[in-house]
This record gives sequence, C-alpha cells and structure tokens, in this order.
Amino acid sequence: MSSATSTRERPGTVPPPAAPQSAPKRRMLARKGLAPALLLVPAAAILIVVIGWPLVQLVIVSFQQYGRAQVFGQPAPFIGFGNYVRVLGDPQFWQVLVRSFLFCIVNVVVTMSLGTLIALLMTRLNKFFRTLISVGLLLAWAMPALTAVIVWGWLFDTQFGVVNYVLTQVTGINFIGHSWLINPISFFAVAAIIIVWQSVPFVAFTIYAGLTQVPDEVLEAAQLDGAGAVQRFRLVIFPYLKSIFVVVTILQIIWDLRVFTQVFALQGIGGIREQTSTLGVYIYQTSLGTGDYGAGGAIAVIMVIIMMAISIFYVRQVIKEEEL
Amino acid sequence: MSTPTRTQPDSPTQPHETSVESKALTSAVSAMIVPPSARNGVRRYQVSGPRVKRRVTNIIFSAVAAVIFLCSVFPVYWMINTSLQPNNEIRTPVPNFFPKDFTLGNYVTVLFEPSRSPFLPALMNSLAVTLLTVVIALVFAFLASLAVTRFRFKGRKAFILSILIIQMIPAEAMIVSTYRVLDSWSLLNTIAGLTLVYVATVLPFTIWTLRGFVNGVPVELEEAAMIDGLSRTGAFWKITFPLLAPGLVATGVFGFIQAWNEFVLALVVMSRPASQTLPVWLRTFQQANGTTDWAAIMAGSTLMAIPVVVFFLIVQGRMTSGLMSGAVKG
Repeated sequence: MSSATSTRERPGTVPPPAAPQSAPKRRMLARKGLAPALLLVPAAAILIVVIGWPLVQLVIVSFQQYGRAQVFGQPAPFIGFGNYVRVLGDPQFWQVLVRSFLFCIVNVVVTMSLGTLIALLMTRLNKFFRTLISVGLLLAWAMPALTAVIVWGWLFDTQFGVVNYVLTQVTGINFIGHSWLINPISFFAVAAIIIVWQSVPFVAFTIYAGLTQVPDEVLEAAQLDGAGAVQRFRLVIFPYLKSIFVVVTILQIIWDLRVFTQVFALQGIGGIREQTSTLGVYIYQTSLGTGDYGAGGAIAVIMVIIMMAISIFYVRQVIKEEEL
Repeated sequence: MSTPTRTQPDSPTQPHETSVESKALTSAVSAMIVPPSARNGVRRYQVSGPRVKRRVTNIIFSAVAAVIFLCSVFPVYWMINTSLQPNNEIRTPVPNFFPKDFTLGNYVTVLFEPSRSPFLPALMNSLAVTLLTVVIALVFAFLASLAVTRFRFKGRKAFILSILIIQMIPAEAMIVSTYRVLDSWSLLNTIAGLTLVYVATVLPFTIWTLRGFVNGVPVELEEAAMIDGLSRTGAFWKITFPLLAPGLVATGVFGFIQAWNEFVLALVVMSRPASQTLPVWLRTFQQANGTTDWAAIMAGSTLMAIPVVVFFLIVQGRMTSGLMSGAVKG
C-alpha cells in the first residue's frame, strides 16, 4: 500500500529536483544583462501607468476632502484621516461590510460543497452522463456575467417569470406577481443562485481533474479496509487534494467578496439599493452616485487592503507549489 | 542565478496535465465507477443484495446528473427560447416552453433598428477594444514571460510576485481613480482609453499563464539548435515559438473572453452612448425596455453570449488548469 503511494507523484507536492545543469549553461542564461530589462519594459510600464498610478491617486484622494466642488476645479484640502474616521463611524459602512462578508461566505460554502459533490458524482458516472453534465456546466460557466444576471432576472420576473409560474403550479400557492427582488433576503437569494450557478463549474472541473489523479490503489485499499464513502473522502481524497481545495477556496472568497456585476445589475432590474449594496457597489454609489469621492476613496483603500490580506494566503500557497 | 531553469517533464502543448479527459482519468475513474465486484473475481460471488443496491445507486446518480444538467442548461435554453418568440407570446399566463410562433423578429429589432438600440456601434466598440487588448496584451506578456523564464536577473522573483499580487487588486475599488486618471489624459470614452485599462487588467494573468507555457519548452531544445549554428534569437523563433503557438492561442482567447465580458470599467469609462461596449449597451437596453420587451432583451443577450460561449468551449480544457496556476500541477 505504501509503495503504491510513493510510486505516484502527489498532485501539488514539491516537484522533483531539477536535472543538474552544467555551469556553462547557467552562464549563458545569466549573460546579456540588458535583455530581460528591455523585455519587461512594455508590460511593466503599462502596469505602473494604469494600475500603479491610479492606486497612488486613490490613496491620495482618500486623505483629501474631495467632493463635487473639487471635480469642478476647487482645490482639494488634505484632511488627514478625516475620511477614514467618517467612513468607519458610519453604521451603513459596517452594514455593507458585514453584508458583503456574509454573502461571500454563503456563496463560497454553497459553491464549494456543490462543486465537490458534482466532481465526486462525475467520477461515478458513465461516459454519456459525464459528458452531459460537462456540457451543461460549460454552458453555465461560459455565459457572460451580465447576460446571466439579465436572463435570471427574466426567469424570476414578477409577472411573466417562469419561476413564479412553476412555483404556482407545483405548490398550488399563487406566486404570480411575487417580486423576488424587493425583499433583501430573497434578493440575495437570487443573486446567490446566479453566482453559484456560474461558479460551480470551475470548482467542479478543477476538483474533478484533481480527483482523477488520486491513485486508485489507495482508494481500493481503503475500501477493502472497510472505509465508507465519507471516510474515504475525509481520510484519502481530501489529504490528496488539500492544496487544490485551499487555492480554489481562496479564489472563490476573493471573487465573491468583490462581486459587482450581479448585485449592480439586479438592483437595476428591481432591488432596493440601500439594503442590498455590497462593497464594490457601495464604492460606486458613494463616489459616482453621491459625489463623495474622498469617502469613496477611503472605502476603496479599505477594500484593497482586505483583498491584499486575503490574497497573501493565495500567493503563499502558489509559491509553495510552484518554483518561481 | 540561484535556481537553474528547470526542464519540465510535461509536453510543451500541455504544460498542466489536468484537462478534463486526462490520461490519468481512465485508470482513476474506473476505480471509482466500476465497482470492485466487477473487477474482482473473489467478490463477484457475493449475495445479490449489494449488487441490486449498486444498480439502484447508479440509476440515482444518473438521475441526479440529468437534473444538474437541466439546472445548468435551462437558463441558457430559456434565453434562446424567449428570444425566438414575439413579445406578446411571452407575456402569457402560461409560458411557452417551446417557441410557438417562431420568429427572428427580435434579432432584426436588435440588429437593425438603431433608434431603439445602437447594437452595431456597441458591437464595433467591443470588437475593437477586445481585439486590440488581446493583441497588445499577448505581445507584451509574451516578452515579459520570456524575460522571467529564459533569464535570471535581480528582481525576477519580485516581478513575478507583484504580478500575482496585482492580479488581486479589485477593479471595483479602482474605478473612480481610473476614471480620474483617464479623464486627466482625455482618454475617457475612447477606444484607446478602455484598451489601455483592459490591457493592464488582462496582463497579469496573461504573463502568468504564458510563463507556464514557456517553462514547458525545455531550454535544451534551443541550445541544441544553437550548437547547430543558429543564433540565440534564431533558435528561439525557429524552435521554441512554434511550440508555444497553442499556448498563445489559448491565452489570447481567454483574454478575449475577459475583455468582451468586462462590465464595471466599461460602465465608468465608456459612459457616452456612442462609445458603449456590448455589456454597457445590454444594461442600458434592458433598463430602457425594462418589463416591456423581454424578447428583444433576450435576443441581445444571446447575440452577446454567442462569441464567448464558442470561444470558451474551444479553450476550456487548457484554461481550467491555467486558472489554477500551481495548484494542480501533475
């Protein structure tokens, strides 16, 4: 049993040591000191100009009093941490923050569980059903986010939506005319359905790809030793795929925390802004909606910091897996 | 200099061996699909109980798979179904699950009635921005990926790390400052402005993915060619570049999809009606027609989704692994 484990490479473990290279080869790689710099210049220039510079501007604005008047040319006075104090003292900001995190957690948990279950299911299906499910998932995955929101908005339409029709037929209760987007809870339920519908395929495919690399000898041995399905998953499959689970989960957290399109477009179809905004949408509204660019900048800086903090885990994991 | 370039065992066209139908699949999956009793002679003579149970489980699994398929596909089907019916037909108490009065009228409305929906200008904008983005990003990312894979220099790791980190900066947080910076350069509502922003958005991912593809081509190939008399540049173009073509195509298509679908930045940067891209157009169109013309909205949605779906199906396998970066390296 142990020999079976050692003969196959565990996915995501440290790669085998590189083949020893001779000294002249390395020297050849290291020569030409100017070439790499020249090759990097275009990409680096674009990143510095289009991401670096606005980022600096963002930080500067967050320390300024910057409203509509400043947009029209008034000088913007520096007010230190004034914007931050104002934002952090605003109960609405905390509501938005808590709402964003709760929404994110629900999405991530549902997406990861469904994705894992579907991946496990795919390993048990025959070729026909596996292809069928792959095609379905691919279609959902490929839909542009905005198109998806609008289509789902139509499915959940108050008057002529097919969801209300089917629910009326199935439950016998009259759902025609029921608005799903007015109530914040059901608004987020709809948003979550859209997000999960589009995120599950990535999770399912990735975990399925990982599952195919779990050596079958080990699973078979575990089964012979009497391990049930749950035990096999917990004790054999999960340890093998741990690094995949970690990276996918972190990516999902990052993607779901910065969700914008789904919430923004659903609000446009019919939701109450004040009760349904998440971080990204809140920044948009504070800055472009109310014209309070200072506060919007402060919130944006806070969001960037949160994202950076989370992505440290991602970067660390990637570095661990891959030789830079 | 510290770490010599590693030659990866993977074949150049498939640096990440995780496509859905990978080689490992057959053996590993069969272990899970085919119950031990079918393979194991000893077990075959068990009482029939577990066998029946297993068949029932298989039927249940297939049924669940069918349900999942329906759930995934239904919204897409409904979009197309709605788009093929006249507007009065979809506003009935009982929805038509198949297009009853089949019509292409909604597509005609969307495409050729510019007063109601400037679809074609938006399509042109989207195409221009997307194609420019892909070309520029590919060239720049290609050069950068060469620098970080074929050379060892100070700051190399720092560059790769910052690529990973920049990728995580949320565009949603940057919209306002991006808007103001573009405004100060008079690039708002211009193809050039949005392209510039998109190139920067797509670059980190593109560099990271291409780096993986270039790493998959052993330097030894180039060196062998150099020993045979080619120059370093010549060796690269004649030997390595052709091997990279599939990777370039896949990465380019992914960049295309990203730029084609992007909504937040386009919403802020291209606010003027004449300079809208397709996502912004679709949202304006939806808001203007709201609950009155869902059929036309669905036709517009379908038109916008088609190129993405087609491209996506082409590169899907390769990109699943690319997105995962290091995690699932075989």
